[in-house]
Amino acid sequence: MNRNHKRTLVAVAAALGLASVAGLIAGNRVSAAGSGSITGTVKLSGSPPHMKGIDMSKDPYCVKQHENNPAKMENVVVGADGGLQNVVLYISEGLSGPEASATPSEEPVVDQHNCMYVPHVVAMDVNQKYKVTTTDQTTHNIHPLPAPGTGNIGWNKSQPAGAPPIETTWKAPEAISVKCNIHPWMHGWHVVVKGPYAISDASGTYTIKNLPPGSYTVTAWHEEYGTQTQKVTVAAGQPGKADFTFKAK
Amino acid sequence: MRRKSFDCRRLAAAAAVGGMSLLGRAQVTEYQQHQWLNTPAASSHIGNLTGRPKAAAMVYRRYCVVCHGELGDGNGESAQWVDPKPRDFTLAIFKCRSTPTGTLPTDEDIYDTIARGLDRSNMPPWNTFTRQERADLVAWIKHFSPRWQTEKPGQRIEIPPEPEITPERIKAGQDVYARVQCWKCHGAEGRANGPSASTLQDDLGRPILPYNFAEGGRFKCGTTDRDLYRIFMTGMDGTPMPSFADNIKPEEAWNLVFYLRTLQPFPSKQKEIAKPLGLKPINPNATGP
Repeated sequence: MNRNHKRTLVAVAAALGLASVAGLIAGNRVSAAGSGSITGTVKLSGSPPHMKGIDMSKDPYCVKQHENNPAKMENVVVGADGGLQNVVLYISEGLSGPEASATPSEEPVVDQHNCMYVPHVVAMDVNQKYKVTTTDQTTHNIHPLPAPGTGNIGWNKSQPAGAPPIETTWKAPEAISVKCNIHPWMHGWHVVVKGPYAISDASGTYTIKNLPPGSYTVTAWHEEYGTQTQKVTVAAGQPGKADFTFKAK
Repeated sequence: MRRKSFDCRRLAAAAAVGGMSLLGRAQVTEYQQHQWLNTPAASSHIGNLTGRPKAAAMVYRRYCVVCHGELGDGNGESAQWVDPKPRDFTLAIFKCRSTPTGTLPTDEDIYDTIARGLDRSNMPPWNTFTRQERADLVAWIKHFSPRWQTEKPGQRIEIPPEPEITPERIKAGQDVYARVQCWKCHGAEGRANGPSASTLQDDLGRPILPYNFAEGGRFKCGTTDRDLYRIFMTGMDGTPMPSFADNIKPEEAWNLVFYLRTLQPFPSKQKEIAKPLGLKPINPNATGP
């Protein structure tokens, strides 16, 4: 074997080695991003506040839809075991790199159904597309009211019966209050956060997915009870756990 | 005024310390506005006029500051007596635009509003200013809000030429009025007495009335047919009036304009043509499924 030949071989071996190491790192990162999660339950302690019934007599269509299931306010929705629904949970500290900047491709949907917002609270990532739809046979207007100076700009669009969905995004993290001026009881929240998030379900449980191992601060936001935070560590193959308890006022 | 800007800073500091990033409120300070004053965004171009903000400083102080305030935030000393409230120029949300909902107006839009005034508000028509003064005022208004530094005005809404008025078109216009449910606020006969009229609120949470066609006052954003057409497409930002741009086709919008003219209390070509139709006001209970 002459010297030149040897050199080439060494170079090829080195290249192969580098490639495999790079592959290993990349592979690790992909599996790590998918494996980690934070789960927990959000509860309300104390007796939940009374949710007032809604007088929809301004619009006979809305009244008719609720003939057999009277509508009530949804500011505080509590399940059987005190589980608090509609709490948005998101990573407020500890995220960096691709997981922090990735924008999910799925589109959350909020529907105007029986003159209510379904769901009452919808969460989304910054710049994540989401849809506002209507399945009602009455005209609504969707009027988000972002706070001044947040970087989000409000708008006001109508959606008569059969109107196409409104597809849109928000630029900055903010809990945006959304109204229908035609039906003054219709009030919901479009909560924009940075990075992975989850919303607590009817039993108050939630899972934030797609987290690489690391230490995080989880923030829980509720429209009536404000925010709480907790530090959580996610290890490889072992989900982090964070339970929250809000106190009824 | 000094007290006001101090409060702003304290608020901003509190927001930062409290870690209220999700619900934080950034305030505009006098210092920031002073910097924006010297940027190219704080100028205006209307036809062959170029507005320079500093040239308007005296005029603004003399005529506008009493309502719109030193910082342009709508908190002038007379603002407390005024309803609807004076525009807060730091938000750059305007009723009368030629651009889609949620976008900035064009320079011409603000220029026209200054001379037109806003009917049924405390904003009189300032047609006593020279054209140059008005152009300068537009530039001055633009130095109050950070939005002019980062955003461009929206795309102008295209308005096709006005078609000929026919009875069919007036009838079709009434169908649009029923379908998109203008009557929910404006009332079955345009008397501003629809079922939702009494609970309407503007973006500040203050009561606001829908336009009463039967009363026939001047429209806030211009009196021509084209001005009326434009309002369906732009909405009136800051008020409950939404944009119907996605739900009323250009053809239908002209029909609606013709129908709305028949609701106004003065003689019009549309009324003349509609007379033989014997149109009855829509029946709110008959619409829907």
